[in-house]
Amino acid sequence: MSTNLRPVPSAPESQISPELLLRMHELMVKARALEERLIHMYKQGDGYFWIGGPGEEAFNVPLGMLVQKGRGPQFDYCHFHYRNSGTWLAMGGDPIDSLRQMKNTVTDPFSGGRNFVGHYSRREWNVVPVSSPIEVQHSMAPGTALAQKRAGGRGITIVTGGDAGTAEGDFSTCLIWSSRPANLLPVLMIVTNNKWGISTAYQGQHGEKRISERGKAFGIESKTIDGNDPETSYREIAQAMEYVRSERKPFLLEAMVSRLYGHSSASGANRMTDEADCLVGFERKLEERGLRSRKEMDDLRARFTAQLQEAHKKVRDEPQPDGKTIHDNIFADRDLVREN
Amino acid sequence: MSNMVQAIRMALHVAEERHDLTDVFGEDVGPPLGGAFTATQGIKCAWNTPLDERGIVGASIGLGLAGCRNVGEIQFCDYAYNTIDLLKLAGMMYWVSNGDWNLPMTIMTPVGSGIRGSIYHSHSFDATATHIPGFKIAMPSTPRDAYGLLLSCIVDPNPCFFLVPKALMRVRNAPGEEIPGEPGDDRALSKLIDAPLGDRSKWQPQWPETPDLFVPFGEGRTVRKGRDVTVVSYGRTLPLCAKAAEELSQENLDVEVIDLRSLWPYDWERVKESVSRTGRVLFVNEDTEVTNFGEHLVRRTTDELFYHLAAPPKLLAGAFVPGIGLADNLEMASVPQLPSIRAAIAELAVMEA
Ligand SMILES: Cc1ncc(C[n+]2csc(CCOP(=O)(O)OP(=O)(O)O)c2C)c(N)n1
Repeated sequence: MSTNLRPVPSAPESQISPELLLRMHELMVKARALEERLIHMYKQGDGYFWIGGPGEEAFNVPLGMLVQKGRGPQFDYCHFHYRNSGTWLAMGGDPIDSLRQMKNTVTDPFSGGRNFVGHYSRREWNVVPVSSPIEVQHSMAPGTALAQKRAGGRGITIVTGGDAGTAEGDFSTCLIWSSRPANLLPVLMIVTNNKWGISTAYQGQHGEKRISERGKAFGIESKTIDGNDPETSYREIAQAMEYVRSERKPFLLEAMVSRLYGHSSASGANRMTDEADCLVGFERKLEERGLRSRKEMDDLRARFTAQLQEAHKKVRDEPQPDGKTIHDNIFADRDLVREN
Repeated sequence: MSNMVQAIRMALHVAEERHDLTDVFGEDVGPPLGGAFTATQGIKCAWNTPLDERGIVGASIGLGLAGCRNVGEIQFCDYAYNTIDLLKLAGMMYWVSNGDWNLPMTIMTPVGSGIRGSIYHSHSFDATATHIPGFKIAMPSTPRDAYGLLLSCIVDPNPCFFLVPKALMRVRNAPGEEIPGEPGDDRALSKLIDAPLGDRSKWQPQWPETPDLFVPFGEGRTVRKGRDVTVVSYGRTLPLCAKAAEELSQENLDVEVIDLRSLWPYDWERVKESVSRTGRVLFVNEDTEVTNFGEHLVRRTTDELFYHLAAPPKLLAGAFVPGIGLADNLEMASVPQLPSIRAAIAELAVMEA
């Protein structure tokens, strides 16, 4: 694949502790094993549609590790899109719940069998429902950020999306609303750039060299990073977050990532061989540095794979929602979001 | 006595003082203008947004998710059409999260014809709003109802539409229907809460003490009792229906008029009780007639009240044309007016099933 992008400069050696690296690795493997299981489920007919984030783990896992999760404006609000499985797991999510959503069981804690897989939602952690229309989350993000700005503290709003989606007006909405001089907002805008929008290549849409450069016109600090390197990602996300938390200003972070199984099940969900695999690169480094042996890594992978296989079996037997429940939960009679 | 915009302002004031309303926002909603129709003058938490309707609806959702009761204004409902997917999203928030995320937010927007607003300041929104499940929808026809319905919208834990008929913005309450606590004298009230012309930077409104008066969702109002025909309407056409009923009483027709006030949920019991008595019903609104909310009411009437009917249930609505033309004759021909409403009632009154 050719793009008109300049190469992303590699980051200097990090100060990240070995324990953190190993934890990050474990979560990346877990996230990959989860996506592979979900694809498996789709191919076996245990779900109608698959979409997810295999190939983005090196960015999404550090992001999840750095989210300050909790309820209300003192914690981070997360407006994710459908590729954030690594983030969800790193925040402490249980992978079996993704299987439940894949199989649209009544036990799916995000939507009770109503929504596609990867469409996370959890009020307890300020994770607002992921929704299928591309980029709408960017129009909602300034709202939560405004509440956080007013509430004081260090809570920020995190919004993620893909590269093609930045053409939607909602992306501009977020740039404009978060950078008004009289009311700068603590929003971390994240673009995971896999250089594709389904089948439309980056250069077919973008005249701008880098998406992050769109922040410049608004005075928004911005950066493009190698999202395939978890150390770079961790450090850059941490830095960007610290800026947003303490300055209470927006930051636009573009991460170059891979798309390892194509767009979704609609395009076959088959393994791509022409995309860099962040896990392979990271595992080579861990081995070279003597932090984890090949055998240990293989065992880890096998363990997660086995666990997910078991989980799959369990979910298969869980009940589907009853058709009679379609009218449930249309209107609330309690103001849950105001109960703190 | 207040007109509808003043009543809206007083409700917003009460809500920001007593009911945790944190934000009223939209294009030109904050100072110095206080809204294209002046409905937000003097409100402390009112602020101007960028000219971006998607941003306004998005911010309203975001604020609501963060627990902030808010009112986002779309300057004219004609400009809400590029926000439909966000409105859909708001309407489904509680449902899609299976009861985890409720969403307190209100979208307030002026609707309908009556000010010779030409194509893009005359659209109605009730047919569109009632196609978005998950919203409660209020549409007042009097200042007092505007006051009480807006307060109900603001404190509701769900997304609400507050649709304000443009033609009725300057209409005042009928005697005896004032908002408790408001001065009876129009000029006295104006002095207290209307921003002065010219420099307003030092102006402070002086709010009359008005109470928490909630008009509940799903509770219509029988504006006039009658035996012969039931007319159900809301918004701009409601006072026209009442006027037509009054005129027809001279011709010995006894017409019952119901103001629905809220379109979702709506007061079916009231409609049902009335139609069961009269056997004749005319639904009147001004949105385009194809896939119109009134068609739903006609269908339900047919389904549930068929054997009570003495004549077919009727709908008088706006013509199914792309917009309302500017010229007087064009607007008059596009949406129901007093003569067409009166004629429709008179015709229905003698129709044989
Ligand atoms: C508003 C909207 N238009 C179209 C679609 C269909 N669609 C789903 S994903 C997608 C491409 C998104 O590309 P990008 O933003 O780069 O994210 P990626 O999937 O590559 O991570 C499209 C067109 C949609 N979901 N929403």
